[in-house]
Amino acid sequence: MEAAVQEQLTAIIKEANVERGAAIPILQAVQNKLGYVSKEMIETISEQTGIPASDLYGVATFYSQFYMEPRGQNIVKVCHGTACHLAGAGRVATALEMATGAKDGQTSEDRMFTHERVACLGCCSLAPVVMVNEEVHANVRPERVNALMRKYRKASETKNSEGTNRVAEQQHTE
Amino acid sequence: MSQSNSTPNSGIVEIRVGLASCGMAAGATQVSKALIEALEPHGVPVKAAGCIGMCYAEPLVELIDAEGRHFMYGKVDDERVQGIVDRHVKQGQPISEWLELGHPGAQSEKYLAKQVRIALRNCGHIDPENIDDYVAAGGYSALAKSLQTSPEAVIEEVSQAGLRGRGGAGFPTGLKWRLTREVPSDAKYVVCNADEGDPGAFMDRSLLESDPHTVLEGMIIASYAIGASRGYFYVRAEYPVAVRRLRKAISQATERGYLGDDILGSGHSFEVSIREGAGAFVCGEETALLMSIEGRRGMPVPRPPFPSERGLWDHPTSINNVETFANVPFILDQGWQAYAAHGTDKSKGTKVFALAGNVVRGGLVEVPMGTTLREIIYDIGGGIPEGHTLKAVQTGGPSGGCIPASLADTPVDYDSLAAVGSIMGSGGLLVMDDTACMVDVARFFIAFSVEESCGKCTFCRVGTRQMEEILNRITGGEGSPEDLLKLEEIAEKIIKGSLCGLGQTAPNPVLTTLRNFADEYEAHVNEKRCPAKRCTALITFEIIADKCTGCTLCARNCPTKAITGESRELHFIDQDKCIKCGLCQNVCKFDAVAVS
Repeated sequence: MEAAVQEQLTAIIKEANVERGAAIPILQAVQNKLGYVSKEMIETISEQTGIPASDLYGVATFYSQFYMEPRGQNIVKVCHGTACHLAGAGRVATALEMATGAKDGQTSEDRMFTHERVACLGCCSLAPVVMVNEEVHANVRPERVNALMRKYRKASETKNSEGTNRVAEQQHTE
Repeated sequence: MSQSNSTPNSGIVEIRVGLASCGMAAGATQVSKALIEALEPHGVPVKAAGCIGMCYAEPLVELIDAEGRHFMYGKVDDERVQGIVDRHVKQGQPISEWLELGHPGAQSEKYLAKQVRIALRNCGHIDPENIDDYVAAGGYSALAKSLQTSPEAVIEEVSQAGLRGRGGAGFPTGLKWRLTREVPSDAKYVVCNADEGDPGAFMDRSLLESDPHTVLEGMIIASYAIGASRGYFYVRAEYPVAVRRLRKAISQATERGYLGDDILGSGHSFEVSIREGAGAFVCGEETALLMSIEGRRGMPVPRPPFPSERGLWDHPTSINNVETFANVPFILDQGWQAYAAHGTDKSKGTKVFALAGNVVRGGLVEVPMGTTLREIIYDIGGGIPEGHTLKAVQTGGPSGGCIPASLADTPVDYDSLAAVGSIMGSGGLLVMDDTACMVDVARFFIAFSVEESCGKCTFCRVGTRQMEEILNRITGGEGSPEDLLKLEEIAEKIIKGSLCGLGQTAPNPVLTTLRNFADEYEAHVNEKRCPAKRCTALITFEIIADKCTGCTLCARNCPTKAITGESRELHFIDQDKCIKCGLCQNVCKFDAVAVS
């Protein structure tokens, strides 16, 4: 594990209040900040908190919210609740698969999108619903999914190029 | 937008925008921004409100004038924002065709007419992030009243009201509190179960997003009644807005002395924290939920001992649902008689339902117990979309059953729903019309249970999977008549051999559809036909020659390039390439794609 990640982990653990039953909140904090929880990270957490690594691993694999591998830049959650199912969530998922190349549970090759199914987002009257990162999209029509993903791809690409080529970018605009 | 600083002469004194998850999904954030931009310079405050439950008309904007009249606009977009600002706010002319409420004959009056709002009494009317709004609506007076009486008197009041657990099981709340109170212990806990995992249910989300203080106040009253000094909210991680607002409510209540040490000088102290779920439906089961708070895998354990005796960290714990808590302040404030005046003999008060599916007006509704399904669907929900007929109603999510249209006059209360093979559940109410395939619906729910079974009990873990495989076979056109018998046999064993509610109720959707919609199963098995034309293995998409104009839209949208044809000429679908995604049918403007 890189030293930078190690450092971040230590900071997260320090910040999280290690009290009784803290395993889940700590894993959630790590997941939120680093995007996933690897086996190595679990060992570090265990060393620093005294929670047995086996317990942490058991928890991380039990709950669907934890990921052992890095995910895509955009998390696309297709709601498969009952109302969305009736309203054609299956068609939406197929369209998403076509648009990103990622099947349910997979991350696209360019790591741009992770395609997930969720049981219910609780917006049943606006079915079918798709949540991209923290934005909820209502009444999603399968034929619009491609355009929607293009929008997010573009936003991410802009963000990425700003991040890596900030200097070059500035020169360009000047 | 006009930038003139003249004061509007229409007398509009306040504007509220519904900013719960569903409103935001429909675009309310943008609407709110546009209104603030246009109206703040004129001194008209634009405030945030929760959800009034009219999801079908989101985003919603409410205007209030100096005389206290309310005007509720629905489906507000950029154009309507402009119209509302220019015509109503500035010139005082309400735009009746956009009004959902506040105009004679407005469209949504019927939606609210048959509802009785107790748990939802403040939802949509107050700013959920402002404790002053809640207090002005009478909030925290029930807490103050309760603290002046004895804990036993509080329990008695709740028992007399006949309040039963709204999470689904319907256990009497007063009794649960009494049992927890009577166990001697140095530490006791109150837990609010907000792990609303049933697909098709969003009552708890909406309550927490729209009126978090009501739930919190109910919980503080419970802590006093039980003698608990520590409490936890266990909230689904899929509800980030609810978590955020709850966190804010807790800190506001602490600042005002409604939470913390020596609450309102009563000597009672209570501290609350939030635990976010991590994505496991089984954690809605109370013993699994406690395991999860303790930081372990959420797997149920046998009861007894019940949590009231040995719960969180082996201490007496009362676990109550969000909606249950939301009813408590009303009962303590208005007295048990006011609450028990609603409902039926054995099911008192009201119940909140998440009305969704194939219904004209879907949203959150609160009705007295004993209201019939027909009244909810037709009088409140406005019936089935034109051209279709009611086929079934599903209550209770994956633990419930499908009630056929012929039983639409069943009243909703714990016992009547159980009598028709379903359950009250937490309040999901899915309306299905003739486009729904009941075998597919059964398969959908079983697939959910397979995914969410924690794996502890063999019958639940393996049995649900076997049922799923059989249903996949049937919907795939490879089912046999014996499969139907096998389904029943396995279902029976899962019910008997499972420890917790998840397994014990998982077969319900299959059993009720087998009983009520046998003909659909038979069509799949015997004729390899899906009457509702939903099961992809049993249908084909074709282009109707008379209707196709050769616009090429379908061909351009087909993800597998299965459609060919020249511009302005009839198109064809290559059945070998077709993956039956239905995109061509969705995009066709001429209804030229048929399913057979």
